[in-house]
Amino acid sequence: MVSVSGLAKDFNGNPVLRGLDFAVAAGVATALIGANGSGKSTALKCLIRLVEPSAGRVEMLGQHVAGLGARDLRRFRSQVGVVWQKHNLVPRLSALSNVVHGVQARMAGPRAWFQSLAPETVREEALACLARVGLEAKALQRVDSLSGGQQQRVAIARVLMQRPAIVLADEPDASLDPQSGEEVMRLLSGLARQDGLTLLFISHRMEHTLEFSDRILGLQGGRIVMDRATASTDAAQLRRFFEE
Amino acid sequence: MAEVSIPRFQRRSLPEWLGFVVVAALVISSIAATAPELGALGRGIDRLFAPSGLLAQMFPPDPSRVDRIAWKLLETLQMAVAGAALGLIFAVPFAILATDRLSPHPAVRLVARGIIALFRTIPDLVWAIFFIIMVGLGPAAGVLAIMVDKIGFAGRFFAEAMEEADTGPQDALRAIGASRLGIIFSAVFPACLPSFTATSLFALEKAVRGSAALGLVGAGGIGVDLKVAFDLFNYDEALTIILMLFALVLIVEQGSGWIRSKLI
Repeated sequence: MVSVSGLAKDFNGNPVLRGLDFAVAAGVATALIGANGSGKSTALKCLIRLVEPSAGRVEMLGQHVAGLGARDLRRFRSQVGVVWQKHNLVPRLSALSNVVHGVQARMAGPRAWFQSLAPETVREEALACLARVGLEAKALQRVDSLSGGQQQRVAIARVLMQRPAIVLADEPDASLDPQSGEEVMRLLSGLARQDGLTLLFISHRMEHTLEFSDRILGLQGGRIVMDRATASTDAAQLRRFFEE
Repeated sequence: MAEVSIPRFQRRSLPEWLGFVVVAALVISSIAATAPELGALGRGIDRLFAPSGLLAQMFPPDPSRVDRIAWKLLETLQMAVAGAALGLIFAVPFAILATDRLSPHPAVRLVARGIIALFRTIPDLVWAIFFIIMVGLGPAAGVLAIMVDKIGFAGRFFAEAMEEADTGPQDALRAIGASRLGIIFSAVFPACLPSFTATSLFALEKAVRGSAALGLVGAGGIGVDLKVAFDLFNYDEALTIILMLFALVLIVEQGSGWIRSKLI
């Protein structure tokens, strides 16, 4: 599903990633952990070229990502759902409008831009996605009037609307209180399992890493220094990745 | 109590002092070269308030041609609305092309910014003269002048609003493969709506005030009548026009202020 070799990135000569090698199997939930500044978010962004890698090879969904032209890159990205640390919703719009935007992964034009113009099938699917995250009752409420946890659930509904093959999540629990953070992680992990999605997530909470992943990749100094099954890992082995 | 001596004024460097002297010299020489002498100003004020002076001839305002003035005011308002609407519509694509994140190429951005700057820096009266030569005397020239002026005015503010919009939602849509237009309509415009609304209403207010002056050079509207009234020494009629224009501008400003408070 994902195969990364020699992935490197430097910013103005400062190396952040120094040659990552790892693979993520289909349908598996993988956690990417590491201390602040270890390059977790950069690595995730390099996978879909939101940040252009300096070197290395990324193969994902059967495609060599570096070789994609603009049109093919857009088509490739449409199969990859991203849940961000900050929900990145459009604050003035309703939850339904934001979820409808997810259809832009496979549909262009004004009918994908505004829920009011969207075809009935798209609106129904968006409402169904909102129902899956428990927010169908808030469909027409502006997202900036929702709580942080609810906004992150709307962002997850937008990802579901996209019908992705793989979901990347960059600390989706980071900006939430512990209870909301756990709810969001449980929801994301549960939905990924239900739909058989591959999930690669970054977490800064050890308990979430242990509870919601099948596999753990530990990043330190811009390199993967640990790659093991979660079932055979304990908290003591992970502690160094969560120290500031 | 600790004896700490804090200087009352900051010590300035030589370049700062030189800058201050240059600015002061510029202001003083400009006033000396162009501002009216106090004596001339005093004599002018005397003439203004004299029994047969301008103010005496203006009062009371002449209401005999109120209906014609009202029609011309309507034409002025129509010029302003048409010019502002066209200007705001055309300002949007210019603003998009002038924005760092949304412009398709740096060269396109540079050209778009140049055009916006050109439209903004040349006064609308100059544009009006240009369009009178192009399409002849009348409101059409005024509408075109207002349109170009508003492309410059709104183009700049629209572009600034889009530059300042939160990039997170745009990145999120880019990450799912949304098109450039999709990102603009789904994420950028909704985020900029309050700013766009405020700018548009200010543009309309500015257009109403400006459209009255455009008539002075023959570009239609109430300005033509105002110029004729002054040229024929019909100062009482001129006062009627000024008062009715004042009322129109006041109504538009109050109306746009109300709309702003409701929408934003």
